[in-house]
Amino acid sequence: MSSLIKFKIDGKECMAEAGTFIVEAARQNSIYIPTLCNMPGLKPKGSCRICTVRINGRLMTSCTTPVADGMEIESGSLDIIELRKSIVELLFVSGNHFCPACEKSGNCELQALGYLYQMMVPRYPYDFPLRAVDASSPKIIKDQNRCILCKRCIKSIKDEDGKSFFAFRSRGNHLEVVLDQELAATMTDEQAELAMQNCPVGSILVKEKGFATPIGKRKFDKQPIGSDIHV
Amino acid sequence: MSKKITIEPVTRVEGHGKVTIHMDDNGNIQQSRLHIVEFRGFERFVQGRPYWEAPVLVQRLCGICPVSHHLAAAKALDVIVGAGTGHGLTPTGEKMRRLMHYGQFFQSHALHFFHLSAPDFLFGIDGDPAIRNIIGIALTRPELAVQGVMMRKFGQEVIRATAGKKIHGTGAIPGGINKHLTIEERDEFLKGADPLNADKMVSWAEEALDFFKNYYLSNKDFIDNFAYFPSNHLSLVRKDGALDLYHGVLRAVDAQGNKILNDIDYQEYTDYIEEEVRSWSYMKFPYLKQYGKEKGWYRVGPLARLNTADFIPSPIAQREFEIYKALTNGKPNNHCMLMHYARLIETLHAAEMIRELLNDPDLLEGELVTKGVKQKEGVGLIEAPRGTLFHHYRINDNDQIEMANLIVSTTNNNEPMNRSVNHVAKSVMTGKEVITEGMMNAVEVAIRAYDPCLSCATHALGNMPLEITLVDKNDQIIDRRRSHEG
Repeated sequence: MSSLIKFKIDGKECMAEAGTFIVEAARQNSIYIPTLCNMPGLKPKGSCRICTVRINGRLMTSCTTPVADGMEIESGSLDIIELRKSIVELLFVSGNHFCPACEKSGNCELQALGYLYQMMVPRYPYDFPLRAVDASSPKIIKDQNRCILCKRCIKSIKDEDGKSFFAFRSRGNHLEVVLDQELAATMTDEQAELAMQNCPVGSILVKEKGFATPIGKRKFDKQPIGSDIHV
Repeated sequence: MSKKITIEPVTRVEGHGKVTIHMDDNGNIQQSRLHIVEFRGFERFVQGRPYWEAPVLVQRLCGICPVSHHLAAAKALDVIVGAGTGHGLTPTGEKMRRLMHYGQFFQSHALHFFHLSAPDFLFGIDGDPAIRNIIGIALTRPELAVQGVMMRKFGQEVIRATAGKKIHGTGAIPGGINKHLTIEERDEFLKGADPLNADKMVSWAEEALDFFKNYYLSNKDFIDNFAYFPSNHLSLVRKDGALDLYHGVLRAVDAQGNKILNDIDYQEYTDYIEEEVRSWSYMKFPYLKQYGKEKGWYRVGPLARLNTADFIPSPIAQREFEIYKALTNGKPNNHCMLMHYARLIETLHAAEMIRELLNDPDLLEGELVTKGVKQKEGVGLIEAPRGTLFHHYRINDNDQIEMANLIVSTTNNNEPMNRSVNHVAKSVMTGKEVITEGMMNAVEVAIRAYDPCLSCATHALGNMPLEITLVDKNDQIIDRRRSHEG
C-alpha cells in the first residue's frame, strides 16, 4: 500500500513514497541532484559526495538518506553548488583526465558536471599521478588514469554466478579498481558494453570501437547533464 | 666588423622560430640558420595509448591543420585494422574523408594567403610593419580581408560537417568514418546564401589566383630571383600521375624533372627516407637515403606537388596548371616565391573537388567502416597543406601503441627553408653595415613562402615569433632585432 509523504526541496512542495532516497524522490519530482557513484538499481553508498544536500543545517548525501514527512531539503543554494563544484574539480586534479583525446568525451558524467558547474580554471594543484593502463583483457581496457573509484563497475558488472569482474585492490592513496584477469577472459561483448556504459568516466573502454558516435550525437552534446530530469 | 643577426620571433608563420645570421669582418654571410627552439613529445606520449585514440590525440599537435594529422593517423590505422591503404575503405568512408581534407586544404591555404602572406604583396616586403599585416589589409582592402575570412569559414564548415567540429573533430576512425553528410548540410554548401556556397568559393579562388598572377607580372624580376635554387621535390601522386592530396604513391623528382623516387608504396618509406639530427635544432632533417644527406634533401608542399604531378584532375585548376607549367617549359619550378602561385592553384583545385564531391550520393548513405585482418604496423601518408605528412604506428598484442614516428611536412622542408634563409641573407645583407627591418622581413618572406608550421614539426607548443641576431666571428652579439620591434 502506497504511503505518500510530503517534503520540500528548495521550497518546492514534493511528494514521494516514504523511504525513497532523496536523490530518487527529487528525480520523481523533476528536480535534478547530481550523482556519480550512485546509479539506479544499485545499493547507494554515498562515497563521492556530489549529491550532498542540507537538511536541518546538516550536510547529508541524498543518495543514502530517505525522505521523511515534512523534511525541508536544500539542494540548489550557492554554497552547496560551490561544494559540488569543488568535488568535481578535486576529482579532475586527482587523476589524469585529458578530455580532448578521451573517447568518453561527450558521454562522460564527470566532464558533464564540469560543464554544469562552469569549471573554468584550475583552483587546485594537479596531482598528475603515475597510473597504469591495463589492456591485457580481450574485451576492454581499464585506464586507471581516469578512474574515480565510484565502484559502479564492481557492483553492476557480474557474471552468471554473480561474481564481479572488477574489485578494489590496495588501500588509501593506492586504492584502485582492477579487473579480475581470469573472469575477464570470459567477459561477453554485452558485458563489456555495459561496463563502459556504466562507468561515469572514460576508465573502461571497449576495445576497437572508439569514437564511433559522431560529435553532436553524444549524450551530453545537446543538453547538459540533468536536463532530462529538471524542468 | 663581424656580426651575428638574430631574427626572433619569425612572424606570420605557425609556431616559434628564430633565425641567426653570421657575418664576417667584411660583411660577408658566413652561415645562416633557421632554429626551431621548442620541443613537444607526441611520439612518446602516444605510447601505451589504445591505437584508435591516435587520430584524435595526435591531431592536437596543431590547431591549423589538425585534419591532416587526424587523417594521416587514421590512414595508418586503416592498415592496422586490415582495411588496406587508401582505396580499401567503403566509398562513403573515403569520400567523407576526402571532403574533410579538401575543406582543410581550402581553409588552410586561404589563411596563409590572405592573413599571412598577402600583407607582403600589398604593402611591400619593406613596407611599414605597422600596417603590413591582416589589420592593414582590413583597413585598406576590406573586400580582400572579408574574402579571406569567408573562404576560411567555408572550409571550416566543411570540416565541421565531416569531423563534427571545426577544430579537433573525431570523424575519421580506423577503417572509415563515423558519420554521413546530411542532405541539409550538402544543400547548404551547394546552394547556401552568398557568399558561403561552393560556386562562390571556386570563383573567389580564381580571383585570388588572378591577384597573385598580376602581382607576379608586376614583380617578375624580384620573384624569379628571390631565393631561387634547384632542389629535389617529393609528394604523393595518384597512380596515374594526377595530383592527389589524399592518397597515392610516393614520387620524387630532381631539379630537372627526372624521377628519383619512382612511385613507391609508402608503406616502405623507411627503405627510402632517413632523418638526420643536428644539434642546433629540434627539427630533424629528412633526406632520400640513396642520395645521401648532401644531395638527398627535398622540398615538399605546393611547389613540390605541382612539380611531381603530371596533371590536376579538376578542369579549372588543370587549365591554370598548364599556364603555370609553361613558365618553366614543363620543367620543375624551383622559384621559392612561386610556392604562393602553386598554393593558390591548389586552393582552386580544393574548391572544385569540394563542389564535385558534394554532388556524390555516397556521402549521404552507405557503409561507414570496413575492417579485415588485423596488422601490427601501419603507415599513413597524406599531402597536408604544407606538404607530405608521414604517420607510422606499431601496436602490441594488447592494442596499445608501442611505437610512433611522425615526419611532419615542415620537417621535410627543413633543409630548403635553411637554404632559402641563407640565400636571402646573402643577397640582401652582404656588406651592409645597418640591418633594416625590411631586410629582416625579406628573410621572413622566404620562410613564410613555405607556410611552415613549426609547432607541428617540433611538436612544440605555442604561437610563433622570429628574431634575427648579428654576431661577430667570435660569436659576440653585435645586434639583435625582434621582428615586431620594427
